[in-house]
Amino acid sequence: MSTALLHTVPLSGQVINLCAALMLLLGFAMLAQRRVLSLINLFMLQGVVLFASTLIVALTTKQSHLLYSAGLTLVLKVFALPYILHRLIRKLSVKWDVETLLNIPTTMLVGIGLVVIAFNVAQPISQLSGTITRATIGIALACVLLSFLMMITRSKAVPQVIAFLAMENALFFAATSATYGMPMVVELGIALDVMVGMVILGVFFFHIRQQFDSLDIRHMERSKDA
Amino acid sequence: MNVYALFAQLLELVIALLLAPLLTGWVNQCRAWLQNRSAPPLLQTYYTLSKLFHKDVLIAHNASSLFRAAPYIIFACMALASAIVPTLSTELIFAPAADAIALVGLFALARVFIALAGMDVGTSFGSMGSRREMLVGFLAEPALLMVFFTASLISQSTSLSTIVDTLAHSEFAIYPSLAFAGVAFTMVSLAENARVPIDNPTTHLELTMIHEAMILEYSGRHLALIEWASSLKLFAYSCLGLALFFPFGIPATAEPAALSFALVILVVKLAMGGAALALIETLNAKLRIFRAPEFLGTAFLLAVLAMLVHLLLEAGP
Repeated sequence: MSTALLHTVPLSGQVINLCAALMLLLGFAMLAQRRVLSLINLFMLQGVVLFASTLIVALTTKQSHLLYSAGLTLVLKVFALPYILHRLIRKLSVKWDVETLLNIPTTMLVGIGLVVIAFNVAQPISQLSGTITRATIGIALACVLLSFLMMITRSKAVPQVIAFLAMENALFFAATSATYGMPMVVELGIALDVMVGMVILGVFFFHIRQQFDSLDIRHMERSKDA
Repeated sequence: MNVYALFAQLLELVIALLLAPLLTGWVNQCRAWLQNRSAPPLLQTYYTLSKLFHKDVLIAHNASSLFRAAPYIIFACMALASAIVPTLSTELIFAPAADAIALVGLFALARVFIALAGMDVGTSFGSMGSRREMLVGFLAEPALLMVFFTASLISQSTSLSTIVDTLAHSEFAIYPSLAFAGVAFTMVSLAENARVPIDNPTTHLELTMIHEAMILEYSGRHLALIEWASSLKLFAYSCLGLALFFPFGIPATAEPAALSFALVILVVKLAMGGAALALIETLNAKLRIFRAPEFLGTAFLLAVLAMLVHLLLEAGP
């Protein structure tokens, strides 16, 4: 029965579904990752998947502005941001293992719970949407929640920033799958915001380290004169 | 009853028994090449088996009859398991008798007996190996079941023949859930077959052994049977993985022409699968035993995700 239903989805829709599943997989991989360098590589992979899915949506729906945002994704999230992050890591000379506040299996179990919640919440929304990619809204929402979870469970600044960027990825994915993308102005604005945010956070990294000799943001909670 | 189906079933069993040591030999050879060592001959596993069959059996004084019976039971379980997995055809005599859940049960039965046999003589390494094996087993089994459930949801049946039939002969479609399930299955089969991230099949260091520690006390034909059984287990898992995730070329009939064609495809697929296994083993370092729950927990997570993704993306509203 389900196979018969599946075949009503065109091939491009199936590839987008595959991309959505990969996004979710990468979300979990990032949640489980202990090394900062691998985290950046996973983030880059997520950018590649996002680029592929946006490109396919753009080509199948003939929405030319989505082509631009696909290009923007490729330049910004696959090349620029990982490059900046790699350079930051080199400059800060930190290749430490990520310290997690919860142990990883527990985090993963919480992650599964979040996925179930996201799927349930997204079910009615996706029925309202008329796009070919509506089934992926649940997954996009799950990715957003997983990035939130990652921000909560990491104590160091760099992984938190990567989680923030991953959340932006997921939001972008949600926008593409729900409404074929936001207006170009909004998307450009968000992309620039992320870029600027990244630069500011990079500066912050240095300041945090100068102040506390560590990038553990728990030190900041104790500082009185902030 | 169909004569061809009976023939296909028997052929499949014989092929499994004959090809299983060859697969092990091939994996070892690939591994040696990748690690810049001079490779053992391809038929090395057969030489080892025949050497062991010609040796006398030495049994510890305090071994019970269970210790003597275990190799036969384990071998029988693995032979039956590789007969259930549809490798050459989906039209098999045994197909209605045992489904995917029964297959997991068969693997569990073999595991219980090898663990009991490991504890039977009472050496410390044997019981340590048994306990570790049970730790790995109880984490791997639910993940394996979840993988089967995902495949069953797609094909609406737990019978392996029906699952493979649906996957191999329906119209082409991309199943994201199967991608997840495939990764989970690979992780489970690495753990279940005592492969590198969890266990090292060629280790000589007792403290890191799992599978080898349990069979330290065995010798002669008992050891040969157990070695053959673990080759069969690797073969069964490889064929299962190929049947579930790369089911192209498995015919629905049991005609001789179709069977011989399927055999050629199977050998090619197994050769590639074995090389991939050697690659995985070379690229990974053995995990600490305390990391094994994390590894298998990830496999379980992926299998659960596969089911969720199937329900959301593929089942439709």
